[in-house]
Amino acid sequence: MGLIGFEAAFHTSNSIVSGSLLQTLVQFEHLMEIVKQVSSNFQCFSSLRHDDLKEMLDSNKDSLKLEAMKRIVAMIARGKNTSDLFPAVVKNVACKNIEVKKLVYVYLVRYAEEQQDLALLSISTFQRGLKDPNQLIRASALRVLSSIRVTIIVPIMMLAIKEAASDMSPYVRKTAAHAIPKLYSLDPEQKDQLIEVIEKLLADKTTLVAGSVVMAFEEVCPERIDLIHKNYRKLCNLLIDVEEWGQVVIINMLTRYARTQFLNPNMNEEKDKKAEAPAMAKRKPYVMDPDHRLLLRNTKPLLQSRNAAVVMAVAQLYFHLAPKAEVGVIAKALVRLLRSHSEVQYVVLQNVATMSIKRRGMFEPYLKSFYIRSTDPTQIKVLKLEVLTNLANETNISTILREFQTYIKSMDKDFVAATIQAIGRCATNIGEVRDTCLNGLVQLLSNRDELVVAESVVVIKKLLQMQPEKHSDIIKHMAKLTDNIQVPMARASILWLIGEYCEHVPKIAPDVLRKMAKSFTNEEDIVKLQIINLAAKLYLTNSKQTKLLTQYVLNLAKYDQNYDIRDRARFIRQLIVPTEKSGALSKYAKKLFLALKPAPVLESPFKDRDHFQLGSLSHLLNAKAGGYQELPDWPEAAPDPSVRNVEVKDSVRAVGTVIYRDTGVLWALQGPQKVEGSEGCSCPRARKHERKSKQRKSESESESDEEEDSESESSQTESEDSESEAEVKKKKKVLKKTHFKHSSHANMYRPFLHLLLCLQTISPSSALKSYEMLHRITGEGLSVEYCFSRQPFSPDANMVAVQMQFTNNATSDTKNLHMEDVKLQSGMRVKEFPEIELLPAGEMVTAVMGIDFCDSTQAANFQLCTHTRKFFVSIQPPVGELMRPVFLTENEFKKEQGQLMGMNEITEKITLDVKCRNEHSIVQRVITAANLSRVPCGSDKECRFAGRTVTSSSLVLVTVATKEEGAAKLTINCEKMVIGTMLVKDILLALTQ
Amino acid sequence: MILQQQISVELNMRNSPSDPPCQSALFKGGHQNITFHQHVNPSQFIVWELLQDGPICRRLFSNSGNFWHTGTISCNIPELAAEMIHSLFLINHSGDIFLEKHWKSVISRSVCDYFFEAKEKAVDPENVSPVLQTPHHYLITIYRDKLFFLSVIQTEVPPLFVIEFLHRVADTIQDYFGECSESVIMDNVVTVYELLEEMLDNGFPLATESNVLKEMIRPPTILRSVVNTLTGGSNVGDTLPTGQLSNIPWRRAGVKYTNNEAYFDVIEEIDAILDKSGSTVFAEIQGVIEACVRLTGMPDLTLSFMNPRLLDDVSFHPCVRFKRWESERVLSFIPPDGNFTLMNYHVSSQNLVAIPVYVKQSITFFEMGPCGRLDITIGPKQTMGKTVEALMVTIHMPKAVLSANLTPTQGNYTYDLATKVLVWDIGKLNPQKLPNLRGSLSLQAGAPKPEDNPSLNIDLKIQQVAISGLKVSRLDMYGEKYKPFKGVKYLTKAGKFQVRT
Repeated sequence: MGLIGFEAAFHTSNSIVSGSLLQTLVQFEHLMEIVKQVSSNFQCFSSLRHDDLKEMLDSNKDSLKLEAMKRIVAMIARGKNTSDLFPAVVKNVACKNIEVKKLVYVYLVRYAEEQQDLALLSISTFQRGLKDPNQLIRASALRVLSSIRVTIIVPIMMLAIKEAASDMSPYVRKTAAHAIPKLYSLDPEQKDQLIEVIEKLLADKTTLVAGSVVMAFEEVCPERIDLIHKNYRKLCNLLIDVEEWGQVVIINMLTRYARTQFLNPNMNEEKDKKAEAPAMAKRKPYVMDPDHRLLLRNTKPLLQSRNAAVVMAVAQLYFHLAPKAEVGVIAKALVRLLRSHSEVQYVVLQNVATMSIKRRGMFEPYLKSFYIRSTDPTQIKVLKLEVLTNLANETNISTILREFQTYIKSMDKDFVAATIQAIGRCATNIGEVRDTCLNGLVQLLSNRDELVVAESVVVIKKLLQMQPEKHSDIIKHMAKLTDNIQVPMARASILWLIGEYCEHVPKIAPDVLRKMAKSFTNEEDIVKLQIINLAAKLYLTNSKQTKLLTQYVLNLAKYDQNYDIRDRARFIRQLIVPTEKSGALSKYAKKLFLALKPAPVLESPFKDRDHFQLGSLSHLLNAKAGGYQELPDWPEAAPDPSVRNVEVKDSVRAVGTVIYRDTGVLWALQGPQKVEGSEGCSCPRARKHERKSKQRKSESESESDEEEDSESESSQTESEDSESEAEVKKKKKVLKKTHFKHSSHANMYRPFLHLLLCLQTISPSSALKSYEMLHRITGEGLSVEYCFSRQPFSPDANMVAVQMQFTNNATSDTKNLHMEDVKLQSGMRVKEFPEIELLPAGEMVTAVMGIDFCDSTQAANFQLCTHTRKFFVSIQPPVGELMRPVFLTENEFKKEQGQLMGMNEITEKITLDVKCRNEHSIVQRVITAANLSRVPCGSDKECRFAGRTVTSSSLVLVTVATKEEGAAKLTINCEKMVIGTMLVKDILLALTQ
Repeated sequence: MILQQQISVELNMRNSPSDPPCQSALFKGGHQNITFHQHVNPSQFIVWELLQDGPICRRLFSNSGNFWHTGTISCNIPELAAEMIHSLFLINHSGDIFLEKHWKSVISRSVCDYFFEAKEKAVDPENVSPVLQTPHHYLITIYRDKLFFLSVIQTEVPPLFVIEFLHRVADTIQDYFGECSESVIMDNVVTVYELLEEMLDNGFPLATESNVLKEMIRPPTILRSVVNTLTGGSNVGDTLPTGQLSNIPWRRAGVKYTNNEAYFDVIEEIDAILDKSGSTVFAEIQGVIEACVRLTGMPDLTLSFMNPRLLDDVSFHPCVRFKRWESERVLSFIPPDGNFTLMNYHVSSQNLVAIPVYVKQSITFFEMGPCGRLDITIGPKQTMGKTVEALMVTIHMPKAVLSANLTPTQGNYTYDLATKVLVWDIGKLNPQKLPNLRGSLSLQAGAPKPEDNPSLNIDLKIQQVAISGLKVSRLDMYGEKYKPFKGVKYLTKAGKFQVRT
């Protein structure tokens, strides 16, 4: 290239010889400039300059190396070849300077493929990097190693990926996930091994890995949908905290997954159309799989993402998976994207166009958002027009047509043509406005712009075909246009119309043919074909006037250059002109030519495009792109949903699982070293604690329904939050914290007597236990204790009253005490306590709140907020507080007990505590443990108690029958077996300690 | 690019009837080279083509002797592994490729020829379709700041994914160097290259948060570039990016400021179409809250509004907690460090939109003689008691308008002959003395009278007010002890504000 430039400069120097001196001087300067440029270009490519670079690379000064590498990278960026420097560059792969190293990596990845043997020299550096104690260096080594496209290192890469996949740093695991598709594209034979790695990484619980591994899954083994089952719920729950790009990939994958695993939520409607009512009655009513619901619920908030790709992904998920009634939510978000960059608009409008055909109602409220501005790019205008046309119906057509009228005046002629077609489509679809549209279009026939007229003619032709008899004057008007209009398509359309409806315009038609015969040779091919057509039709209807003309036209056509036209002429002559040879066909000629033709259907080009997954490249192009995964049809019967059940394993959890957006807890950032330290779980107590919380989780999960999975997941997260919070503080504090955690939900409460409360209780004999909600150290001076007051909660009888006592131990006032962000298991409800405006320092205040625990001992979690701080607290009721006392007579008691036998009866033999062998203490202890009332009883050997659960009013009957020497039998009858079992434990504990 | 492997294929083709059929062929190194093992002289095969559908077929054309043979090789090459973004080309307004970056094998820049062809056809660069299909690749392009960012895709990928990413690249360049132009990119080509390297890994986005990137690759400052030249220092961060490791990737750790401040700009744009008579065809308000937060440590902010019900549709920076918004209508977030867009919103369409100005206009072209008349007056309508500033009218004139001879009572006007754009820069709107622009337009002689009247695009600004009436009520900070400076600024602008004539 340099040489060519030099030659050009040389030519210039030849041509200046004849010029004047001044001119020559000016040109000489100019020439020098060129020479300079050329020589600098030349140097770039000469080996001389590269020697220079090589020298710099070989020097032991980092600054020289850096300068050289910068120049080389700049050359790569410009697309210039620097491959001859490979040996010199690759030597610096182990350079200490981090920027030099990075630039060497850039170079290496670019040229390794071309210089495979030399590239191998660098491999050992990366292998060493893979063992580095710093996670970021491990990750970077793997990243570069896997980017070197040299087949011979496939085994090394495989090994590195496998190792990295079980690295304790989630960041390295993420890099491993990224490396999988790279290796796969290098050597597809590794697929099976890679799938194993993917399977392993899919089980990862961190948000950091989730997106990358699903991407690897999509590229390597999208058909292995079975790998997703066990991870489905986890992916749904993690989704909101995965980074944006990962969200897109996961949502698209889950859309396909859901299509194979769940039933069509709209199947009843679709069946409605086909089947008759009796058949419908037999069908089972549709019930949505809770996992299907989980997906819809967890993706919905992402419609608020700032990332257009995420919004589109959720929108397509709802379009393909949601019940018809719920799809509407996506419209608003999609309309929002229309304010984004024009490229985004383009893609979104394509998708809206497809959606608006199937679900018109969804976008109707946003009609005006699709109005066109004169400054929109043409492709956007045309798409908006498409959407407006799809949205047109009887009610809004007048506004839309008014809008269209302004568009026709636009300067953009392509757009005007599209508008006219749109009017035509509105007219065919909506019968009421057909005449209005037709009149409007006829007016356009006198437009100055020929393109407009031509387009109108074409559209009018289509409209007239629907009801020709009413519009012979329009046909006449159009016949006159043949003198002026030159656009071939329009001429052809007019001729076809006249021919087709020549009986409506008997006088004009032959005259048109006469004119056309005159100009035949100068016409375009499509027009010629229509002239022949017109001639044939006239010959059949009005042969007296047109016989000669027809023959003339056919003769002209016979010698036309175009073989189609020659063929057509020959064919028509045989058909219409009766000769001896022509047999039966000519009798039917009239039927052939003047048969009633069906009116054209004007359809949207976007019709049925939704068989492509929306938002995909294939949908946009309306053609299958390479690597496109078909969106499967809904299954007839749902596959087994239990495949998604997960048994909880006690695995080491990594950092980064903390769910930011769900809980709103701040997970304090630490440097990488610290993070790594915590991953290793060096503190055995922390691990122990973790296991405990896991156990708790598995307990709660076995009780709760599948649907509640997400909730238990989030509660699990919360325990983690406090863990990581704890890690931030000193270890001593960790222990303390762990202690609190347990004390808040386990039975290690300290009895606390509060006289004031005691006076209010129904059973004054029993003291109320008070539990700690917030310790004054954690609460920074604010301490909160709560007790179950055992009072009926007046606002809602199904709620348990919880009395809270706030004490401000700090030196400053606390303001605006209120609760926020209540997290509950499904079905549970909370009536919040009224906000406490002011709690002066050293003061104490009580408040009452109501909680409907739904007869379960699940904790109610919420944030306690003051004007400055927020605290995560939870209230977990002992089972005994989930009931209220009822008064029964002995007979009623026995009657009810008789109905709660078998499974509903639990009996336990116990030995009473030494201090608790008299009737009085037994009664007191039982009533303290559970909110029951004593049932009068004849025998002094038996104590009976009765109550009902608060929410479901199930009867709870307790009998303690004493025998000699402290032996006793505890019997509990309760419809709710879980409550019964737990109550037995609690009462047992109360009586034996 | 999977073609590096050896693939054995059956070739149903002979060079001449007497030749034995080809037994196998070796594909190597991309689309351009085919190496044949035996029986075939490579020079005889000059064109081959990948067919889009069905099992991958390659059609060969050979020109042995004077006539052409065509034949098809069918082989079951494993499906191409999908990669998201294969290559990126940056192209300037005049069609020069000035930067290329490949995340996998190199793709020849000749692939851009398809784009140039499309660009040639479209008169305006904005009219080039963002997605183009070529025989082997798909090209997805965005047009930003007079530059084309052209990405090469080989397999199915959500187009918005790529478009959004390309815009993120442009945003990052803008953020780093203050503007996104060819000269700036070429001046910082190494930094840009390093950024691109970090933003994508194997075609899949890796680090796109500007905070994370800035930790790895420091943006240039004048001071640092001076120091670097003296000391040979680098602009690659020697700290490793911790942000990537956390679940708050948008904020870097260990932020320290001596002045802690948080500023929020509430900027609203009025999008409107007014018809000839001045009545509103369509109007809505788009808002955005731009934040500039320089706070030490890990602050947790809560921003609440006086009237959050106004907000009809919102989208957030990933730092905003959805649940808090859903339940309490407050924005609760741990902010990124520095400048960022906190939220975008749309004001509910039930509210009537205040239109700040009215326009009286008449643009007429006479049937007789090549001239026309223009008369525009602008006056205040609903300005919430504030002054309308930076008022500007832009008109795209019909092609036939040759020149304009106008007199403004305020400001000045320019008429660009090449683009046919008339710009009237008015400045501040004085309600006592309404600005007016009138005069004559001369048309090309012999050209027919333009049928269409051009529409007017209006730009304006109103300081200190959000036209929807949205008000921030308070900003609370948790998690840190110091007291930050807080500030909220309001601004109303005209968005796509168009008056039809």
